[in-house]
Amino acid sequence: MARLTIPAEELVRSGHSACPGCGATLVMRYLLKGVGNRAIVTVPACCWTVIGTPFPTTALDVPMLDCAFEATGASISGLRAAADQLGLKDVTIVGFAGDGGTVDIGLQALSGMLERRTDGIYVMYDNEAYMNTGVQRSGATPEGAWTTTTPVDEFSRGKLEPKKDIMAIVAAHRPAYAATVNVAFPEDFVKKVQKAKAIKGPRFVHALAPCPPGWRYSSEKTIEIGRLATDTNMFPLYEIEDGVYRITRKLGVAKPVRDYLKTQGRFAHLGETEVAQIQAEVDARWKRLLALETLV
Amino acid sequence: MVELVISGNYAQSYAAKLARVHVVSAYPITPQTSIVEKLAEFVASGELHAEYIKVESEHSALQACISASALGARTYTATSSQGLLLMHELLHWAAGARTPVVMGVVNRAVAPPWSIWTDHTDTVAQRDTGWIQFYGESNQEVLDTTLMAFRLAEHPEVRLPTMVTEDAFYLSHTVEPVDIPSQEEIDRFLPPRERSATLEVGTAMRLGSFTGPDLYMEFRHKIAAAMGRARDVFLEIEDDYARLTGRNHGGPLPTYKVDDADTVLVTMGTATTTAKGVVDAMRADGHKVGLAKLRTFRPFPVQELRELAGGVDRIGVLDRSFTFGAAGAAFTEVAGALYSLPQRPVLRDFVAGLGGRDITATTVREALLDLLTRDGPEAAWVELKRRDGGD
Ligand SMILES: Cc1ncc(C[n+]2csc(CCOP(=O)(O)OP(=O)(O)O)c2C)c(N)n1
Ligand code: SF4
Repeated sequence: MARLTIPAEELVRSGHSACPGCGATLVMRYLLKGVGNRAIVTVPACCWTVIGTPFPTTALDVPMLDCAFEATGASISGLRAAADQLGLKDVTIVGFAGDGGTVDIGLQALSGMLERRTDGIYVMYDNEAYMNTGVQRSGATPEGAWTTTTPVDEFSRGKLEPKKDIMAIVAAHRPAYAATVNVAFPEDFVKKVQKAKAIKGPRFVHALAPCPPGWRYSSEKTIEIGRLATDTNMFPLYEIEDGVYRITRKLGVAKPVRDYLKTQGRFAHLGETEVAQIQAEVDARWKRLLALETLV
Repeated sequence: MVELVISGNYAQSYAAKLARVHVVSAYPITPQTSIVEKLAEFVASGELHAEYIKVESEHSALQACISASALGARTYTATSSQGLLLMHELLHWAAGARTPVVMGVVNRAVAPPWSIWTDHTDTVAQRDTGWIQFYGESNQEVLDTTLMAFRLAEHPEVRLPTMVTEDAFYLSHTVEPVDIPSQEEIDRFLPPRERSATLEVGTAMRLGSFTGPDLYMEFRHKIAAAMGRARDVFLEIEDDYARLTGRNHGGPLPTYKVDDADTVLVTMGTATTTAKGVVDAMRADGHKVGLAKLRTFRPFPVQELRELAGGVDRIGVLDRSFTFGAAGAAFTEVAGALYSLPQRPVLRDFVAGLGGRDITATTVREALLDLLTRDGPEAAWVELKRRDGGD
């Protein structure tokens, strides 16, 4: 069997300050492997503000520009405009934001950037909550999950609403390219980023980033849990190119979502009915994705 | 040099064009909009080669400028009132990240109640954001100051964002003859921005980073020091500009008939022009009155004010805003600047012209007469209409 490889060059330095097993750090690592060193990364408030290390140090071998929490999309547009005017045509502008900074407070700026057709890549690393401020729910937190603002107690069963479908929101803007990636599948991840890099126009990458403290599991299980997310169809891998959907990892029979849910403390309180409800939601989404794939 | 009859808003647009800005971001709000509309026309016709980003909000407008500026571009945007308030967080970002963005602000009242007319609340409320602030009195001054603002903002010893404000409708939409310097003159006055202290592709660097209690204060102190230098740097720039165009608007605190004055009124923006006429008339009646105009509100012209206050008995401040629970913003600043003087003039605060109420010659005259006869620093709301039984 041919062994797929990913670029050996590391653009994330050692000495960053992520928690052990941090998926978000792997997202940055694989992303930069795919994009290369002619990149500028703009980062809003999120875990990466801290992971990136304090002044005067930096965790990246490419320039990093911090921006306001809700303004990643605008920051990408500004950098692109300046790069074009200053003749820096070969530069890839990358926005790198958490799920909260993307699906909630930053949605407007993302929408603006997509509609303006800014030539840049917006990467949302999805750890499914506001982790930097201590595990509060975000619009990307899945149904049933415990967070500090959706506690589990007598009158509360975790988050009530299903996860916001950011890919559908992005797709409605008709980006040049959009893809989901997962740190548990680095080859697929890097391949998609390389593909995104070669395309011009607004591009969006939705990256699953398991988070040991936020999801309540022990840090060596990040990749195992990441794989399960995709293999249970909780987090399907697919891409949208010019409006055409293509699922990039399709299993004959998906594993039951229970297998995924039971790996994490944030779902530990869920009973049979709740799990069945989540399974039904996941099945419905998967069916819809399959249908989308047949549309041209 | 050509003379055009243009509005204060177009004066801003022409200045940005002459400055050869690389990036303009635009979001409409009355009475600012014609500034960015004119710039759109310049870009559309090829007169200005810039990226024109049509953002979806003022918040994004400023972030786009900050990010572009961080990479070394010369950037410009404009706003007013609610738009400026929406930018508030980003105003801090621009100063903190030391990005020399230049912005035109048309001073407009803040809602509710909705009002599109002149009032300085929007910009004085931003005084703690680290932006240099100029207040314009004429369309010519707006054009000239905006051109100087680019050089000041980008000066290596300053590197601070700068706003040039103009009063809604009095300047923004009123046309007057304005001398427009030639592109060649401005190219000599304002060379392309040098790219030091900006992001560099292929380099490990982080801009706008985070830091702990061990260094945060030093970052702030650097901004404070830069603000401190901005005054002297501006005086140099203004001299240079005067050599080029023959126009000098008088530094941070231009004065009018103060040499032998015992009583001085401090004004901001277009009320100054009206006040000059009143000073002339009152001088004819034998009153030794004069004027001082706060042209820069940040940095605040403390030194100039102290020199002025050394020779006068009474200073009144005409505020076109009010800081609730305290006094007019200009008044508290003036009082703060003068407190350490061993001999202080009597100070009075006059609040007038909020929400576009005309500051007429009568308004100013009443204030000056009051200043001549009464003591006490309580804010006097000039020409306030009162309903029976109300307050
Ligand atoms: C305007 C504003 N509101 C709130 C915050 C506080 N804040 C900083 S990071 C953050 C959560 C970020 O969550 P997410 O985008 O999901 O990234 P993560 O921390 O999970 O990496 C919040 C709420 C802020 N910095 N700015
Ligand atoms: S809280 Fe989660 S996302 Fe944040 S650094 Fe730790 S592991 Fe990474």
